[in-house]
Amino acid sequence: MSRDLASVPAGAGPAGPSAVALTPARLIAIAIAGLALVAVPYMLPNYYVSIATQVLIFAVLAMSIDILAGYTGRTPLGHGAIFGTATYVTIYWSTTLGGSPWTGMLVGVAAATTVAAIFALLAIRTSGVYFLLLTLALGMIVWGVCLRWTSVTGGENGIRGSVRPLFIATHSAFYYLVLTAVAVITFVMWRFVNSPFGLTLRGIKDSESRMRSLGYNVPLHLFIAFTVSGFFAGIAGAIYAMFNSFVSPSTVALTQSVAGLLMAITGGIGTLFGSFVGAAAIISLENFVSSYTERWLSILGLMFVLIMVFAPEGIVGRIRMILARSKG
Amino acid sequence: MTKQLILDNVTVQFGGLKAVDGVSTAIAMGERRAIIGPNGAGKTTLFNAITGVVMATAGKVVFEGEDVTRSPVHARAAKGMSRTFQITNLFPNLSVRDNMRLAIRGLSKAKFSLLGRPELAAADDAEAERALGLSRLVGRSDTLVKELSYGEQRQLEMAMALVARPRILLLDEPAAGLSPAERVIVADIIRSLPRDLTMIIIEHDMDLALGLVDWVTVLNNGHLLVEAAPADIRGNKDVQDVYLGKARRHA
Ligand SMILES: Nc1ncnc2c1ncn2[C@@H]1O[C@H](COP(=O)(O)OP(=O)(O)O)[C@@H](O)[C@H]1O
Ligand SMILES: [Mg+2]
Repeated sequence: MSRDLASVPAGAGPAGPSAVALTPARLIAIAIAGLALVAVPYMLPNYYVSIATQVLIFAVLAMSIDILAGYTGRTPLGHGAIFGTATYVTIYWSTTLGGSPWTGMLVGVAAATTVAAIFALLAIRTSGVYFLLLTLALGMIVWGVCLRWTSVTGGENGIRGSVRPLFIATHSAFYYLVLTAVAVITFVMWRFVNSPFGLTLRGIKDSESRMRSLGYNVPLHLFIAFTVSGFFAGIAGAIYAMFNSFVSPSTVALTQSVAGLLMAITGGIGTLFGSFVGAAAIISLENFVSSYTERWLSILGLMFVLIMVFAPEGIVGRIRMILARSKG
Repeated sequence: MTKQLILDNVTVQFGGLKAVDGVSTAIAMGERRAIIGPNGAGKTTLFNAITGVVMATAGKVVFEGEDVTRSPVHARAAKGMSRTFQITNLFPNLSVRDNMRLAIRGLSKAKFSLLGRPELAAADDAEAERALGLSRLVGRSDTLVKELSYGEQRQLEMAMALVARPRILLLDEPAAGLSPAERVIVADIIRSLPRDLTMIIIEHDMDLALGLVDWVTVLNNGHLLVEAAPADIRGNKDVQDVYLGKARRHA
């Protein structure tokens, strides 16, 4: 759709945006980005360290959305609910039930993965706008449950409670823990999208009928992809519980799904790492305009339109196109 | 000879139209069969009913002793049915190499490797290279499929169907829209197929089709009109009336 690679000359270098080769240029880019991320707590005040932490967490959510939107060609609008399920369960476990936060995170990720598997069963036979609307509706159900099941979720008031163990109480200690975790998660996701299974997803995006005639059970592959995607969204949500120490229906709301999707799109659908750029852009914007939810939703909508009109391939996608062109 | 594929009264109805109407035939293990007939005769629809792209609305499809009439496409592929499409059906945004990887892993467990390396195993890689060689696509592995010429795309269609290790190969007008030089390549590829591989080819070009097969099935308006040896097809009165006449008019 939007990944216009027609400008890449035939036979010149990597085929498609997710070629696996770690070229020197890519290694240098990764090293610079890594150093910059490590330096954040030394360079910036706590307020910004906290924003950087948030960017890392939401980049994982955006990458999980990219697995579906960028690789299978199915755009989900319910990942906020999957993410938030993990947040709710983690905080409920460690606050209301008084359990260990680490176990809480594990249970939270398991719960999110289960929710994703249920979403998947219902949604994988659809595509296009039907997939979008169905995942949106499923997310709304989760939101409704969180709002109404007051005895467990605290309704509109949500649940408050510090989940973070003492040794990561400071902004920078927590930042480094999250940075390490996100580095590992990103590596695993990168391996996933470039694996033989990841290739089947790109095949499905291009031609489902050809995939079937080659012997692929397309719905099964989509089910696995959705569940894996939900697993990663759940990890992001569980880490977010430690970050935020508070959860309310707005964590599972549509705005969250839209923001996550917009981060993936802004960075560049199907680029995986673009999610970091997209998360940084959207979260900076959010803090810049920092205000009421209604206005925030309008701004997200406006962002969405601007990106789709002026850079449908996203920031990283656009950079790759320019690089490919200058090489040719 | 054992019959590998048996079609028993296969009918495919689209609303009021019977695109395939009560076709019965049997194809032997290792046989090469052509299906010919004018445009709209139901040839592609018959392929679709055999491979599961559409379900027969009546009748039975039996493959290697098993009734597959209701099996989904991927399950029939897993039993060894492999096909090409009349309208090129590839993965345009992937490289030739990735197209071949998907083709060769379709029936292997490797397709479920969630964190494995993207490369093919050495034996599979050799197989893919061999199929690319046969299809005159050596050196094109890094090219995106949408950047191949139309002829090359048709050759890749064949290479992908071949590398899937089929037990029966169904080719739907593999030479349609090709230049005479490219047709020769396609005919060469078909001639170099393993002799024990069963093949059914739909082909509009009589000269090409009749030179490649043991037996010919002629369809017209969804009906099976005639079955005969290639040598007897041209002389057949019914075929001349219905097929050659029309074909000449369409040409
Ligand atoms: N999916 C479909 N829905 C409705 N009609 C179809 C469909 N596929 C094919 N047909 C009709 O069935 C008839 C046979 O088509 P087809 O099998 O493609 O013919 P051939 O391959 O012999 O040219 C045509 O009249 C065509 O319009
Ligand atoms: Mg046809």
